[in-house]
Amino acid sequence: MLTLSWLLPLAGGLLLLLIPNADRRRDGLIRWLAFAISVLGFAVTLVVWARFDPTSAEFQFVERVPWIHIDPTLAIDYYVGIDGISLLLVVLTAFLTPIALLSSWEGIQKQVKAFSVLILLLDSAMIGVFVSIDLFLFYVFWDAMLIPMYFLIGIWGYDQRIYAAIKFMLYTMAGSVLMLVAILVLAYMYSDGPGQGQYSFDLLKLYTLQIAPETQRWLFLAFAVAFAIKVPLFPFHTWLPDAHVQAPTAGSIILAGVLLKMGTYGLVRFAFPLFPVAAAAFAPWIAVLAVIGIIYGALVAMVQPDMKKLVAYSSVSHLGFVVLGICAMNVQGMQGAVYQMLAHGVSTGGLFLIVGMLSDRRHTRLISEFGGLKSVMPHLTAAFLIITLASIGMPALNGFIGEFLTMLGAFLWEPRFVVGAGLGVIFSAVYMLWMFQRVYLGDITNAKNATLPDLKPREWATVVPLCALAIFMGVFPALFLSPMELSVKKVVDRVQSVQTQRAQR
Amino acid sequence: MLTSNLDAVAPMLCIVLGALAAMAAEAFRRRGEQMPIGWFGVIVLAGAALSSIFLWDRKLSAFDVIAADNFGLFVALVLCIVGILTVMFSSQVIHRDNLPAGEYYALVLFAISGMMMMAMATDLLVIFIALEILSLSVYVLTGIRRDNLAGTEAAFKYFLLGAFSSAFFLYGIAFTYGVTGSTRLSAVGPYLSAQSMTGNPMILIALGLLLVGFAFKISAVPFHMWTPDAYEGAPAIVTGFMSTGVKAAAFAAFARVFLSSFEPFRLESPAGPGWANVVSAIAILTMVLGTVVGVAQSSLKRMLAYSSIAHGGYLLVGLVAANQVGKVAILFYLLVYSVTNLAAFGVIAMLGARDKANDSLRDYAGLWHTHPALAALMTVSLLSLGGLPPTAGFIGKWYIFSAAVSAGYYKLAIIGVLTSVVSVFFYLRVVVMMYMAERDATQAPVTITPIGMAALSLAIAVILYLGILPAPVLDLASRSISTIF
Repeated sequence: MLTLSWLLPLAGGLLLLLIPNADRRRDGLIRWLAFAISVLGFAVTLVVWARFDPTSAEFQFVERVPWIHIDPTLAIDYYVGIDGISLLLVVLTAFLTPIALLSSWEGIQKQVKAFSVLILLLDSAMIGVFVSIDLFLFYVFWDAMLIPMYFLIGIWGYDQRIYAAIKFMLYTMAGSVLMLVAILVLAYMYSDGPGQGQYSFDLLKLYTLQIAPETQRWLFLAFAVAFAIKVPLFPFHTWLPDAHVQAPTAGSIILAGVLLKMGTYGLVRFAFPLFPVAAAAFAPWIAVLAVIGIIYGALVAMVQPDMKKLVAYSSVSHLGFVVLGICAMNVQGMQGAVYQMLAHGVSTGGLFLIVGMLSDRRHTRLISEFGGLKSVMPHLTAAFLIITLASIGMPALNGFIGEFLTMLGAFLWEPRFVVGAGLGVIFSAVYMLWMFQRVYLGDITNAKNATLPDLKPREWATVVPLCALAIFMGVFPALFLSPMELSVKKVVDRVQSVQTQRAQR
Repeated sequence: MLTSNLDAVAPMLCIVLGALAAMAAEAFRRRGEQMPIGWFGVIVLAGAALSSIFLWDRKLSAFDVIAADNFGLFVALVLCIVGILTVMFSSQVIHRDNLPAGEYYALVLFAISGMMMMAMATDLLVIFIALEILSLSVYVLTGIRRDNLAGTEAAFKYFLLGAFSSAFFLYGIAFTYGVTGSTRLSAVGPYLSAQSMTGNPMILIALGLLLVGFAFKISAVPFHMWTPDAYEGAPAIVTGFMSTGVKAAAFAAFARVFLSSFEPFRLESPAGPGWANVVSAIAILTMVLGTVVGVAQSSLKRMLAYSSIAHGGYLLVGLVAANQVGKVAILFYLLVYSVTNLAAFGVIAMLGARDKANDSLRDYAGLWHTHPALAALMTVSLLSLGGLPPTAGFIGKWYIFSAAVSAGYYKLAIIGVLTSVVSVFFYLRVVVMMYMAERDATQAPVTITPIGMAALSLAIAVILYLGILPAPVLDLASRSISTIF
């Protein structure tokens, strides 16, 4: 089932390659096929969700096939599975992909086939990251995902696209190769360890390792830096504004919606539970960086003249909450963090989507070029308002639940951090609402805006699911919190038990 | 124990006879007559590969100096693949550049026979002879375009420095003989490990001289000076051939000599500083210089020349690690690197024209729009050189670094991964040009022969296969090293 969920977009994408389209006459067919494949992929993940057993904290839907077995030293398996933490991230990925495809129906006109194929490959690699249990497999997907994203930014992006694409690629790679070394060290440590001569990349086996605190510190750093770059945690965030702003709308939606979550997911799944002692030592420092990121991201967002850049910096700020929740290392904080990942995926995906619509219509993203759009495009304005309110954490919308839980968790751990985070919440209301006011309210100041068309049917199809989900997640959070509860608890227990053991000694 | 049997030289014999036949064919060719010498070369190489497969696991040895052990045969198979791809790519350029087909293919075959001999030789002097056979052929191939100034200059430089390094190597053999009384690896090894060599500087001199000789051939820093010029001046496909075949052969001999006979001197001991320390310093220099200078190049050929220097550095990491994983990693990496690099040079060769090499970065602008398939294949080989999954280059690098980590050389692993990130930067520059820049309108379109395209597709298929399902080949490599070390 899980294999199907990542293989389907991959196989579909490769099949699309076979459709001859030199004269571009089949662009429409290719768009529809790609969309159909991505919807099918989403359906598969929904089936997984429906059949997921929330009363178990173990990995489910496990598939395990020997992949690279070199006797007698090495055992790498194709080993996938899903638990409450990764389940919803997989669903989110598969949910955003068709929306990203729909959003580029008109914006992308050159090389439609290559574009559709790359989006599907990206979809596949991202799902692969979330379902891998074998660390080697995880790393393969983690790195492979860079390639389609690089092309998406570099070919279909805006003016500075090449710079942004290369920066994105090198920045993330620089972080992840050190993680590769750390993964290797871990694997060999296992072989030195309990009995067996084989070294293994199996995460569940590696969880059982007893690692000396000094070693843990180095390994934790290698993992944490890789993930911090991806999140991005201040001060590793400088690739993000470039990549987000230069990427085409679909790229931004996926980048903000899913890619950034890989960093926080990595912290939850790998960095913290593998190295609990080091995690405890570093958590306050990471939390400090997270709080700086929350405030800094918000302040910088406030002064951006470019809507896309504003949303990009708002991501830095929002992801700070996620990291803060993880650092708290209690059930509330961690659950809030995972929930905030989902909520941010929906709301920021929505923001980029609508900003993309405006940019498609006017070919500019500058706030000062707009004003009073409410009177010409009321439906789009309403949708943007819902997403904006969701993003700033208005109760009854999805952002509230995540921020509330992460702050609750942080408060139980270290109240001082919550002060900074609270400031971030206020700032986020300021910059988002101020942007909303400047773009949508008031009179039309620019004649070019007077004739802009409102939402088209295709755009309705992208906006409605996002808005509905933003409201739904805010009203019925339990539906999303309950499947993850046991898995989150397990991670927290694991980290805390090792920490208390150590404290007693 | 190896069994003495003449069958052991079958692969080499096959190629040498083929080369002689190719020469004869050229001699009896009437002016203007077309002969399928290239196809003949492919058949000969396939025959050599087949005979290598038949020799597998039989542990034969001929004249006591050529060993058809699995290690040698694995490298021989890699060399056959290199040869087949080279010949297939060459068929594209040989008429375009008006190269003499008979001589050209004969020289390629002779070079491969020398390389194979080098990989299978178990006597220092035979290694030297093999080295000379391959070097002489490659010198001529480098300058095969007699009317081309750059090519002639490259050949001359390569010849001078090559001769220089051969002298070092020979001198090293002389010293080894002076100390141990033999040039047989099987005799040198036990002698060295039996004697406590404390206080005998002669053996350290021998070791140093041999090291310099090998370092020249694998173009390790600081003995790499000849590489960029020779690689840039030679015809692109010859560059591809020598950057892979010569390196594979030299590395095989390097590993065989240093990991068996000179194994007692690997680690620091009262006898001396240990060659692992020296080689690891060379490896670091090679990786760093190869990538850093590569960044500054605007000619694709020169850039790949530096990149191939850097790849030599990664191979050295495997040699330093010197454990089971490291030895497997060397063999696997040799295969991966050879196929990948040849594919990249194959594309360069295909895009060249008779009077213009078309190898500056600018010439690749918008290649995607004019030759999408070629651009895609080039991208895969560049990503593989950069070590990104799901290509073979990733598995190769991962195995090399995992060898370093398992042997405790964390510093080498970290420098290795960081330099490979830097190298991705310059590989991506080509990708940027191909996909993200507009096509230069003055650029004449090139015609691509089906054979060239087939060779390229074959190479890419191998790269992707080894990247996704490397287990069978890794397993083969791991079984082939168990026979000798």
